[in-house]
Amino acid sequence: MNASALPPRLRLTGIVKRYAATLANDGVSLSIAPGEIHALLGENGAGKSTLVKIIYGVARPDAGTIEWEGKEINIPDPNAARRLGVGMVFQHFSLFESLTVAENIALGLGATESIADLTTRIAAVARRYGLAVEPGRHVHHLSVGERQRVEIVRCLLQSPRLLIMDEPTSVLTPQEAEGLFDVLRRLAAEGCSVLYISHKLEEIKALCEHATVLRAGRVVGECDPRIASEQQMAEMMIGGALPVAHRSAPLHEGKPCLQVSKLTLASDEPFGTTLRDISLQLRDGQILGIAGVAGNGQKELLAALAGERRAPQADSVLVCGTPAGHLGPTARRRLGLSFIPEERLGRGAIAEFPLSENGLLTAYPHGFVRAGLIRYGAVNKYAAGIIKRFAVKASGIDARGSSLSGGNMQKFIVGREIGTNPRVLLAAHPTWGVDIGAAIAIRQALMDLAAAGSGVLVVSEDLAELFEISDFIAVLSGGRLSAPKPARETTVEEVGLLMGGRMAAEGAAHAL
Amino acid sequence: MRYRLEARARPAQAMVWLSPVLAAALSVIGISVLFAVLGRNPVQALDVLFIQPLETLDGLAELALKATPLLLCAIGIAIGCRAEVWNIGAEGQFTVGAIAGGGVALTFGGHDYWWLQPAMLLAGIGGGMAWAAIPALLKTKFNAHEILTTLMLTYVAIQLLGYVVHGPWKDPEGYSFPQTKQFAPDAMLPMLIDETRLHIGAMFALASVPLAALLLGRSMMGFRIRTVGAAPAAARYAGFSRNTVVWVCLLLSGGLAGLAGIFEVAGPDGQLTPVISPGYGFAAIIVAFLGRLNPFGILFSSLLMALLYLGGEGLQVSMQLPIAVTGTIQGMLLFFLLAADVFINYRVRRVPARAARALTHA
Repeated sequence: MNASALPPRLRLTGIVKRYAATLANDGVSLSIAPGEIHALLGENGAGKSTLVKIIYGVARPDAGTIEWEGKEINIPDPNAARRLGVGMVFQHFSLFESLTVAENIALGLGATESIADLTTRIAAVARRYGLAVEPGRHVHHLSVGERQRVEIVRCLLQSPRLLIMDEPTSVLTPQEAEGLFDVLRRLAAEGCSVLYISHKLEEIKALCEHATVLRAGRVVGECDPRIASEQQMAEMMIGGALPVAHRSAPLHEGKPCLQVSKLTLASDEPFGTTLRDISLQLRDGQILGIAGVAGNGQKELLAALAGERRAPQADSVLVCGTPAGHLGPTARRRLGLSFIPEERLGRGAIAEFPLSENGLLTAYPHGFVRAGLIRYGAVNKYAAGIIKRFAVKASGIDARGSSLSGGNMQKFIVGREIGTNPRVLLAAHPTWGVDIGAAIAIRQALMDLAAAGSGVLVVSEDLAELFEISDFIAVLSGGRLSAPKPARETTVEEVGLLMGGRMAAEGAAHAL
Repeated sequence: MRYRLEARARPAQAMVWLSPVLAAALSVIGISVLFAVLGRNPVQALDVLFIQPLETLDGLAELALKATPLLLCAIGIAIGCRAEVWNIGAEGQFTVGAIAGGGVALTFGGHDYWWLQPAMLLAGIGGGMAWAAIPALLKTKFNAHEILTTLMLTYVAIQLLGYVVHGPWKDPEGYSFPQTKQFAPDAMLPMLIDETRLHIGAMFALASVPLAALLLGRSMMGFRIRTVGAAPAAARYAGFSRNTVVWVCLLLSGGLAGLAGIFEVAGPDGQLTPVISPGYGFAAIIVAFLGRLNPFGILFSSLLMALLYLGGEGLQVSMQLPIAVTGTIQGMLLFFLLAADVFINYRVRRVPARAARALTHA
């Protein structure tokens, strides 16, 4: 191919970046050709984020050179990166909650054009690439998936020459992810290079032409993912044999531990999804997977189950047989319910608090408080136990929540929720953005809990995950829940069609 | 050569406590310049401001006396701030506490009832709580911001005080001065040190420090308060009611301010007058932040602020400076504190000339 005759779009040589105690990048070299889709693989903490920050001008390397189209350059700040033509979709979005989609994009572009003109351009780009984005909506109403689409559109508006995608498909339906791949392939065909960061190896196989694997700050391998097997790539990443999650049969097919009957609940947000006539039953020892695209009522359903929102009738939600519709989160926890929320820092855990107190956050009804005072001895022991049992990488129980990587924070949250021996566990997107090792450990923990006789309800957008762990799968679409089907008797295509139900209806509405 | 602020990877813990010290040092420099501009000898002025008040037992007693209301108000404000409940109206709660407790003193004083003083203190606490309950109700029912409501209610409280001392409670034998009768001797608080004005309120203020530390650091309610402040979504998830925390914080800080109010009128003053506070409730906001919202830190900052009040009075007497100097110094202290606090999260990096040029040209 004559592309290889051109100088690479980006070439990094011997990049070193040291943070106080750790060597985040240790002589990393990497080369991306024009129009190439290049995968960057590695566990959390392998140095991917640091490398990307250096390319995007957020961090400066301590040593090493950066060449852009054959010329050695400095990238002092993100503005300089954007001027070069580097676009980036971050894993953690940087959107202002109180502004609309169009206003957010205007800020990101530093654009002088009117919001009306920009709205037209956003709509055009969104249509061209098949990304469902409504420019007039306020960001605080958007789901994670919708927010990501805003970030992608923001980058595409700048006609990037190198697009960096950090975990882009973790919130998309299979059909949507396929749509995104089409977008990326089209961009690549137009000459734009793509640096693609993901843990989903089957996607990397389907999409990327070249992969660089990082471990502990060093490049440990390169491969052509179209040829290498998923197992080979995963083992390069973790530097050893791949652990396999294993589902043992439940001890017994038990009594119902969570029952919802004919729950209808209007959203308390203007753009939220109203839950309509939801009924479900979860039994001891079962895992019920709830599939669906974010924004179809997942947030509302979980809030109604966890008690953050109360149901109109007490008996429309039964926790372990007790009417709980009117109870708040603490009372439901006392009945044996636990909840792993979608957002980690800020909701599931507190960035400024040490792990010990992050453990206390939801475990407090279980004997950690006496006469209004916190039993710090027990709290510290509980946190230390979670860290040990789930191999959470942290400096200790005094480590702040903000010092943990996403995967380790999530392992800690999962450990905290399981540690109180719940009869019912609700888990929202438990492995979103988490590396392979942590994701396997989390799935294993959920399956072990079910095997020990608890009921587990998993809301996820990752169909592969749901099919791997669930006994039954139902689909939430437009605030309605489909009848749960045994996972063995349904298929990805069938579930995908149910997930798309709302999309089809919306498409019809737009066509009118 | 250029300098720029660069975000730190994590907040600098040393800077959290160094910042108030730095602010105090910068304020001393600022004050000296101010004195020089006003044509006074800065060394002599600093001596009047910081040294002379501490040279006598009476001076030390006055220091503790002035620190008492500052400490009580600031502790309450700080507890609220940890939950991001901003009570700016301690001055108003202080005033209503003084009116309520003073009312009990005027009504039941002179009969040697054993319960008189406890009832006065409870009335003071109740008055402050009632005044703080209004913003709490407005916030939890209508989401009205407490910064506005507490501040506005302060002016209402001051008008209320003016009304009672000009109207119904005016001393008929007071030659028409706007003030109440002197409280009966049994309504006057016991003194701690003879020949000084230091009363028992100082003990209450001192006791509030470890109690507040226990509440914030060790109790479940304190954990709820801190969680609501640090991560409201996490508090909702954990089942901590924001409304409960708002009520607890406002009632607690209102009650402490009200207690400070009744201490002030039943201690040194012995009557209600139109002006019972030189702005303790507002100065306590500075005290709370200077003490890093930490009860033990606030103990020190309240003493510093009390010293400024005392020294300010000294400046008025011996150097003929206006009372506004005290306010100017307080403002300077807050200004430098906020400026120095920037360095908790940022540091100054020198940008070499070459890179600076590249930045401007790029």
